[in-house]
Amino acid sequence: MKKTIEEINRKIEEGCVCVVTAEEMKKIVEELGAEKAAKEVDVVTTGTFGAMCSSGVFMNFGHSDPPIKMQRVWLNDVEAYTGIAAVDAYLGVTQLSESRGMEYGGAHVIEDLVGGKEVELRAEAYGTDCYPRKKLVTEISLEDLNQAVMVNPRNAYQRYKAATNSSDRILRTYMGTLLPNFGNVTFAGCGEVSPLNNDPEYRTIGIGTRIFLCGAKGYVIGEGTQHAPPFGTLMVKGNLKEMKPEFMKAIVMPGYGVTMMLGIGIPIPILDEEIARSTAIRDDQIVTEIIDFGVPRRDRPVVRKVTYAELKSGKVEINGEEVRVSPLSSYYMARKVMEELKRMIEKGEFFLTQPVERILTKGTLKPMRERGIKVVKSVMTKAVTIPPDTSIEEASRIITQKNVNHLPVVDENGVLVGIVTSWDIAKAVATGKLGRVSDVMTRRVITATPDEPIESAARKMEQYNISALPVVDAKRRVLGMVTSEDLSKLLARW
Amino acid sequence: MLLILKFDSKTIKKPIISTATLETKALINILRANVGARRGEMVVEVDDSKAKEVEDVFRRFGVEVVELKDAVVKDEEKCVHCGLCISICPVEVFRFDENWKVVADTEKCIHCGVCTKVCPCNALSLPIHSL
Repeated sequence: MKKTIEEINRKIEEGCVCVVTAEEMKKIVEELGAEKAAKEVDVVTTGTFGAMCSSGVFMNFGHSDPPIKMQRVWLNDVEAYTGIAAVDAYLGVTQLSESRGMEYGGAHVIEDLVGGKEVELRAEAYGTDCYPRKKLVTEISLEDLNQAVMVNPRNAYQRYKAATNSSDRILRTYMGTLLPNFGNVTFAGCGEVSPLNNDPEYRTIGIGTRIFLCGAKGYVIGEGTQHAPPFGTLMVKGNLKEMKPEFMKAIVMPGYGVTMMLGIGIPIPILDEEIARSTAIRDDQIVTEIIDFGVPRRDRPVVRKVTYAELKSGKVEINGEEVRVSPLSSYYMARKVMEELKRMIEKGEFFLTQPVERILTKGTLKPMRERGIKVVKSVMTKAVTIPPDTSIEEASRIITQKNVNHLPVVDENGVLVGIVTSWDIAKAVATGKLGRVSDVMTRRVITATPDEPIESAARKMEQYNISALPVVDAKRRVLGMVTSEDLSKLLARW
Repeated sequence: MLLILKFDSKTIKKPIISTATLETKALINILRANVGARRGEMVVEVDDSKAKEVEDVFRRFGVEVVELKDAVVKDEEKCVHCGLCISICPVEVFRFDENWKVVADTEKCIHCGVCTKVCPCNALSLPIHSL
């Protein structure tokens, strides 16, 4: 038995439509089976509420007198992009305030506008015959704008890689604060209630699908950027003037920056048994990976595979140890979104749409085409190594003869056991400590690997306030040295 | 009961914690300690029934004692119940209730302040921030 969207909309109009949330649907299919569930249920409401950095608002400010063709524009000191027509601009949620930095950004401006507050509009221009004005400062509120349309290039991720940290320091990331030595795991997404997990074949969610966007009616306008099912994404739009403050939240990820949590709900029409079955998906069927942010590379190592059921349980096992898990998305708010959308449909305030175009069920995420990344191997120099029983005197002779500042100390197999610098030697001589280098060497050596990008090596030197790193292989055998001098020569050439 | 102990240049040198234990037979659990050459601060846990007695010993030696009654505060207006604080707190103050709302079992709070720096909504704060 099959239904059409027209039939479902007629039921909505007549007030006899059967709407359930994605959470309720799992139980219904479990009890009745997909066939019966498809007969009983007309619409399943799905929902998610989480940080969605790729979001922003197109605004039209209206024309000033004399008119201005804005070249640069700021709202509460947060710059918006105005490289389009005279008084049009796009304000992205992650843009930071020029005066307040990380504590206030584009997301906060949007939140303030939706909350009914006035914001300061400041603009600069070069001035033309048709737009003579060069400067402008005024206050505006949401109702003063001709249009304020939220257009988000990438929202509603179907699933997302979870994060952990193998390194020995705290990392502040867009996935939240990650404690050292696999101290915690964070994950994003709402799993089994998330829209795209309930329609993985994109049978009902497509271009033109009417959705719930932060309390307003919005639309899917295409696949999102980086769309790569099962890590699918959507591009969406909606009228900011109709949005409700409780379904959006400007947030600050400490050490990372500003972003915005958005509530998105998508109604899935249960047209047949197949769709009913897909809306019965459970968290234990949704698989993602935990990746290691301790490695500052694009392709971070996969620590393990994991299901959303495990993640939501609050604890996962890594290397035989139990690690606590935090979500980044709010399941509590996702539920509110599903309930609110359900209420809107039942009240006849929200009708379903047939997509005008399908979204691709396949996609690949290509890495950036780069001019070739510089790695440590290409800039490292020969290391002058010494054994641990070298005398301080001998070491000072080597430093002056070879004109180096760092001597990696290696054992008989060439494995790094420490490092002495010209400073360590000078200090030892000055204090009359004339023993072996093993007495004065630093044992906990910060190192680089040959295929590490030079930016990463430079960041280590900056963080630890040191000027050189021994380059080691997997067995910590010394292959060479990379110094800040070598790096600055290279950077000067760029 | 959680107590903040503030030691000055004189009291920092004396074995006051052990003296308090010997005199009162109370078990004193040191949760956090920041001991310097001239001053120091500690957060200790003492059984409620023994708290008064132990506090008296500390005060007799000249240690400043503050009872930690107000623990971390969660602003319900700001919290969106994401749960990011849950895996960060060293003593597991935060958890989801049956409705996926983040609730705080504040009596466990040791005032370390880690959560206040992690919350993306700026919803967590400590009434007395010391250490």
